[in-house]
Amino acid sequence: MPIASSSARVAISLHGVTIVQQGKGVLPDMNTSPLARENAQSHAPATAGEAAAAVMPKMQTESLSIYYGNFRAVADVTLPVRDRKITAIIGPSGCGKSTLIRSLNRMNDLIAGAHAGGKVMLDGEDIYASGIDVVDIRRRVGMVFQRPNPFPKSIYDNVAFGVRLYGRIPKAELDDIVETSLRRSALWDEVKDKLKQSAMALSGGQQQRLCIARAIAVEPEVILMDEPCSALDPVATLKIEELMQELKQDYAIVIVTHNMQQAARVSDTTAMMMMRADRAGEMIEFDETQIIFTKPRDKRTEDYVSGRFG
Amino acid sequence: MARGTMTDPPNPAARTTEADVADTQAIRARARQRRVQASMARERVRRVTNAVMLGLTGLATLLALIPLVWIIVDVVLLGAPSITPDFLTQSFKPASLGGGGVLHAIVGSLILVGLASVMSIPIGILAAFYVVRNPNTTLGLAVRFGTDVLAGLPSIVVGLFVYTLLVVGRSYSALAGAVALAILMLPIVLRTTEEMLKLVPDSLREGALGLGAPEWKTAFSVLLPAALTGVLTGLMLAVARVSGETAPLLFTALGSNVLSSALNRPIASLPLTLFVYATQPDPIRHAQAWAIALIIMVIVLALNIGARLIARHRAM
Repeated sequence: MPIASSSARVAISLHGVTIVQQGKGVLPDMNTSPLARENAQSHAPATAGEAAAAVMPKMQTESLSIYYGNFRAVADVTLPVRDRKITAIIGPSGCGKSTLIRSLNRMNDLIAGAHAGGKVMLDGEDIYASGIDVVDIRRRVGMVFQRPNPFPKSIYDNVAFGVRLYGRIPKAELDDIVETSLRRSALWDEVKDKLKQSAMALSGGQQQRLCIARAIAVEPEVILMDEPCSALDPVATLKIEELMQELKQDYAIVIVTHNMQQAARVSDTTAMMMMRADRAGEMIEFDETQIIFTKPRDKRTEDYVSGRFG
Repeated sequence: MARGTMTDPPNPAARTTEADVADTQAIRARARQRRVQASMARERVRRVTNAVMLGLTGLATLLALIPLVWIIVDVVLLGAPSITPDFLTQSFKPASLGGGGVLHAIVGSLILVGLASVMSIPIGILAAFYVVRNPNTTLGLAVRFGTDVLAGLPSIVVGLFVYTLLVVGRSYSALAGAVALAILMLPIVLRTTEEMLKLVPDSLREGALGLGAPEWKTAFSVLLPAALTGVLTGLMLAVARVSGETAPLLFTALGSNVLSSALNRPIASLPLTLFVYATQPDPIRHAQAWAIALIIMVIVLALNIGARLIARHRAM
């Protein structure tokens, strides 16, 4: 992929998005997006409408803050998630990466006292607006967790679980969906002869791919992955990473990772987060992954990605 | 350090004489001897103490086993001869006609325990879900405290309560007996289900909700199946517990001599029939009472063994 042209496109698109948002007046804190500001100054402007139409982000957080009770865990994050791209969120422990990604399908709602300020737009609709069906949001924005969490059911039933939520469907059709999902998650050949066996008997890496199959079986629009490889060995990690490259043909993917090599390998854009003095996490930089890892604008990002941090 | 000075050559600066060295060695030897003697004495004491305590605990274990074995042997010896096909398939007959069988009591017990299960199990499981999800709310705390108290309540008190509630002004009935048993089952069902649900990892709940499953669907198709073996074990123990209950039935189900399945009439049960027969001055009834005791014992034992098998199956 020609890097130069791709990065230029991003710059313009970000610029475009920024301008559009400024036009609407929904991006009050420019400090959270230094890149956007710089791009606005340094790149030849396309027309805002053109750029926005080219890459309207699939999801976009707008000045998003997440609170646990009175404690602010994430502060003013404005992060675009583009369709058919992989967006990585990196940063040191405790900077709010997991909190941020879990807010994208409202999994934080499960934690008592958690609430959000700002907006999370999914196709231009705020998922935190009143009257939004959380269950529907979670069907559109699937999630893969840090530790593989297959249900104690058969492999088949694990993949079919989400599909069955939509009501009864013919057995043949369900078989089809299960097979397709397992094929797409590169697990079919390993499990096709033991679909009725318990998923708990699979290895950790297989379990995680099963969880991915389970997530894509319901045809979500976005897949969130919260450190999906942290409990896996390098071979299983490689498989998951290859799988992500396959999946990004169809989905927007957001991945939280502690592994900077992984972020550099798999992602298209990267958000760098950092804990502020008041312990709230903020996004200090967002850019094309190539740029974050070669010529980041923020000194802290540079220190972090080069391993000189702390 | 002490060993060092023994092997080191005498320090000339200290002008140690041979006699001094001999003296020191003698003192050390005596000290060592005393230490060895003391430790031997201690070891003897320890061995004796060990033997005595082992003997006492073994004796206590035997004493504890004696009533159990005695009861089992007695019940089997005295009860088995009366258990015939007729005894299990016929209802009550007067002693002059041979005494008949206990089919009416078996059916009555099945109805009472079955009805009590139908009433208590759904309530217990649903309440357990509530308590697990809301442990620190006022209602959650109240339910947990309430079930603890209820679990410790003497069963006759429960019987008395149901008597005043459902029997006074109406009549003795199978329904009243079943309600009394259900109240006794409820805390067991609730607490075991609660404990088992707590063991289900939270990640399963997140996984299901993350797929867009509604909360109720998550509870019934993921969390409950994951805890099922433990829950089943608890249910069997609860059923076993109330299968032998007599006191709360005395003034609710009352007992009956006819084969009946009417819920608004008095109904027989195995423990009640045992109680009535054992207090009658008739050798036939006494033999039948022993046979009933054997039946109850086998049922409770089977339920307990079943619960253990399920629990073991889960462990594997």
